[in-house]
Amino acid sequence: MQIIQPHYHAIARTAQDYERMAMSGVVAVAEPAFWAGFDRHYPETFIDYFRQISEFEPTRAAEYGIRHFSWVAVNPKEAENTHLSREVIRQMPDFFQNPNVLGVGEIGFHKTTRNEEEIFEAQVDLAMRHDQLILIHTPHLQDKVRGTRRTLEVLKHLGANPDRVWIDHVEEHTIREPLNAGYWVGFTLYPITKCSPRRAVDMLELYGRERILVNSSADWGPSDPFTLQECVVDFRRRGHSLQEAVEIFHNNPCHFLGQNPKFDILPIVIHEQSLPVSN
Amino acid sequence: MLTPDQVLANYFLDTRCKLIEIAAMLDRFDRAVSAGHSQTNGKQTAVEPPQVAKIYQALKLLSQPNPSNANRSEQILLMFSDLS
Repeated sequence: MQIIQPHYHAIARTAQDYERMAMSGVVAVAEPAFWAGFDRHYPETFIDYFRQISEFEPTRAAEYGIRHFSWVAVNPKEAENTHLSREVIRQMPDFFQNPNVLGVGEIGFHKTTRNEEEIFEAQVDLAMRHDQLILIHTPHLQDKVRGTRRTLEVLKHLGANPDRVWIDHVEEHTIREPLNAGYWVGFTLYPITKCSPRRAVDMLELYGRERILVNSSADWGPSDPFTLQECVVDFRRRGHSLQEAVEIFHNNPCHFLGQNPKFDILPIVIHEQSLPVSN
Repeated sequence: MLTPDQVLANYFLDTRCKLIEIAAMLDRFDRAVSAGHSQTNGKQTAVEPPQVAKIYQALKLLSQPNPSNANRSEQILLMFSDLS
């Protein structure tokens, strides 16, 4: 089955991961800009990072027949440094011209501070002025509910178009408000934190498949790029059809990411052919 | 969607395994307290730290039947959330 990994931090992963993903049906990944595990000091470090994910990673993925797309942003954790963030944001529009860059992300809140909010607003505004898609990170663990609610308030205040905004890392306690407000939401499947593959299938059964994206976890921490395939297996094991699986794990990313014409992978329809009857 | 029997067939053993992991972690914690390892960075740890209290709160919720809305996972996530 063909799968799209819509949230994949390839720079933290190995070539073997690309190879195994290709063998398990992954045809494309999209890489948001994120925290490197330490706070960077220089705008130039971000710019080189954006070059790495928008120019170099596509060549590494292509070795395995996988398309690679990316996003640029100052992540919520480093947004606390507003001076550095403003310098980076000033240079981000240069990357909107890159043939693989889909939008601004991942942005949003980490601890829901005033500084984070200032930089979040600046990046939403930038994305809207440049007609870019928006990918939003919601906070971890005990901070998720508060951060998600404030995210929705900020987006509403700025007048962002919900069709073009993906609010990621939702769980059972944060899924309803973004979906009801018309946003796309994402489940991120980690071995321990955030969501598990089975809980993701539970939510798909409860909320349907409209405007829902499912990501594996692929970064420099405890994570596993193959939780997405685990989710596909559990979804099929519960009796859902191959076409339903394709709609969620391939076509939904096409519908959301394809709002940027650079993402040119089209939705798939499974068609069974009847065999000729022999006399 | 699966039938109730299929849910049990597919997920019972895994759930049993996770419950035993919870039991073992709480035993480990109690043994550490009994052994006098309750000093952390020179500060005396509370007999029941808030993390352990949360676990017992969650287990209490799991011990109750919840046939109407089946949203235990959501309730536990909210228990572990900072809603201030």
